[in-house]
Amino acid sequence: MPLSKRRRARLVRGVQYGVLVVAVVVFALLADWHQLRMAFFDVEVAKALFPDIITTALVNTVLYTLLGFGFGLALGLVLALMRLSSVPPYRWIAVTYIEFFRGIPCLLVFIALGFGVPLAFEVALDMNITVMLSLGLVGAAYMAETIRAGIQAVPKGQTEAARSLGMSHGRAMVSIVIPQAFRIVLPPLTNELILLTKDSSLVYLLGLSLTQFELANFGRDALNEHKSLTPILIAGLLYLVITLPLGQLVRRLEARTAKAR
Amino acid sequence: MTTDRTTAASEDTKAIDVQGLRKSFGELEVLRGIDFSVARGEVVCVIGPSGSGKSTLLRCVNLLEEPSAGRVTVAGTEVTDPDVDIDLVRRRIGMVFQSFNLFPHLTALENLTIAQRRVLHRDRPEAERIARANLERVGLSDKASAYPAQLSGGQQQRVAIARALSMDPELMLFDEPTSALDPELVGDVLAVMRGLAQDGMTMLVVTHEMSFAREVADRVVFMDGGVIVEEGTPERVVGAPQHERTRTFLARVLDPAAAEVSEVADTGAAG
Ligand SMILES: Nc1ncnc2c1ncn2[C@@H]1O[C@H](COP(=O)(O)OP(=O)(O)OP(=O)(O)O)[C@@H](O)[C@H]1O
Ligand SMILES: [Mg+2]
Repeated sequence: MPLSKRRRARLVRGVQYGVLVVAVVVFALLADWHQLRMAFFDVEVAKALFPDIITTALVNTVLYTLLGFGFGLALGLVLALMRLSSVPPYRWIAVTYIEFFRGIPCLLVFIALGFGVPLAFEVALDMNITVMLSLGLVGAAYMAETIRAGIQAVPKGQTEAARSLGMSHGRAMVSIVIPQAFRIVLPPLTNELILLTKDSSLVYLLGLSLTQFELANFGRDALNEHKSLTPILIAGLLYLVITLPLGQLVRRLEARTAKAR
Repeated sequence: MTTDRTTAASEDTKAIDVQGLRKSFGELEVLRGIDFSVARGEVVCVIGPSGSGKSTLLRCVNLLEEPSAGRVTVAGTEVTDPDVDIDLVRRRIGMVFQSFNLFPHLTALENLTIAQRRVLHRDRPEAERIARANLERVGLSDKASAYPAQLSGGQQQRVAIARALSMDPELMLFDEPTSALDPELVGDVLAVMRGLAQDGMTMLVVTHEMSFAREVADRVVFMDGGVIVEEGTPERVVGAPQHERTRTFLARVLDPAAAEVSEVADTGAAG
């Protein structure tokens, strides 16, 4: 007797579950649990990481991210306004900048600013400045495009109403358009902040001193010291401590914008 | 000020003077030679079919659109003169839009104070005093702290009128202020406008509300195809139109159902 379509579908799903359960059981039996636990969650190693992994590494990750984000946001806003300017050269500069810095790896910018500039110009940039510029220069390119889209999403009638009240173009931008644009771009900007949090790990390139370690660097250093993966696992979890709430925030903001429409 | 007015004589009695106004969007010529003026204290209603250029005319008066040719003078200042600071002229012209265009991130009160503070540089207490007086004038003193999204369309439009009034304009432009409203909300807005007219405000109003035009307007202008077809008192233009195009338009606006029936029946459209 041929199986009905629905019964066949149920059978296929049953087989899939079966295979999955078998795979999990086999893995559990074969795995060396002791070794795995020692590698990924060695309590002694974990204890040794605290409190420095919080007070130094986590704090530095947040600091580097915020430096890059703050600078990137300011530069991104300027670029977005230039991109929308009625003056052609401004537009050309903004487009060139955005295309250039979106197109090259952030890593390259770190190398250029961390090693290239000091060698070529014989100046030593402060570490925080180097990080701020490297993360910010690249972040600005992305944020400029986001902000431009946000400004363009503000209805034209808003500018017209502002101008008809006698506001100059600049005043209408500052008081009316940009505040509304920022509400629109808050979710994508928060996403950008998440990306920057992860990109901040690129500072490892710069050769940091102990007090400058951020999470990734700290984890790698501890990995060498303890010959254990535990520091990496904990560093990863601490990144999630930053990024998961931000992701949650994005979803909330998006829901709010959706409701406001 | 009174001596000024008497010496400046006839020039100064005109709130708006438009001469040979033309406006093209690319190939499309939307205004094809408009001459007309509005006297101080006068209420002029502009009527006409969709696409006839009514909004464009209004927007040329405060230079939201750049005229292609012709002269536009507002309260003695030629706005089409390239040397004129248009921001200075615009603050003397109130504009009310079909879609309200309130600032959604500001409360009703802030909508009324922001330009007073940033453009006229009034201090906060004075700006708020004037704002509250104008909210009162449009019957919304209890909505000062509401955001636009919390207001009905009719309330939003009245806030928009109060926002324009807070700048102490010498004249007001209205572009179909009630067209986006549910029928039961139209009355409140028209009542506010009627009050303004009674107080002597100079008003140029694009509208499809024929009863308002008939009752409030000193003069009605009928536009079609980018030109003024006829103008005169409401009794003349709405009551006894001289041109066939005006008659056809009025028949459609005053009684849409009847106009359709008569078009289908191919009888005369005028009622
Ligand atoms: N910015 C613009 N670019 C191109 N064409 C335009 C623009 N603004 C208006 N037009 C065109 O100009 C013509 C007149 O438009 P306008 O808005 O002045 O008409 P209107 O009389 O106000 O019509 P309605 O009653 O529908 O508001 C229309 O054909 C319109 O498509
Ligand atoms: Mg219109």
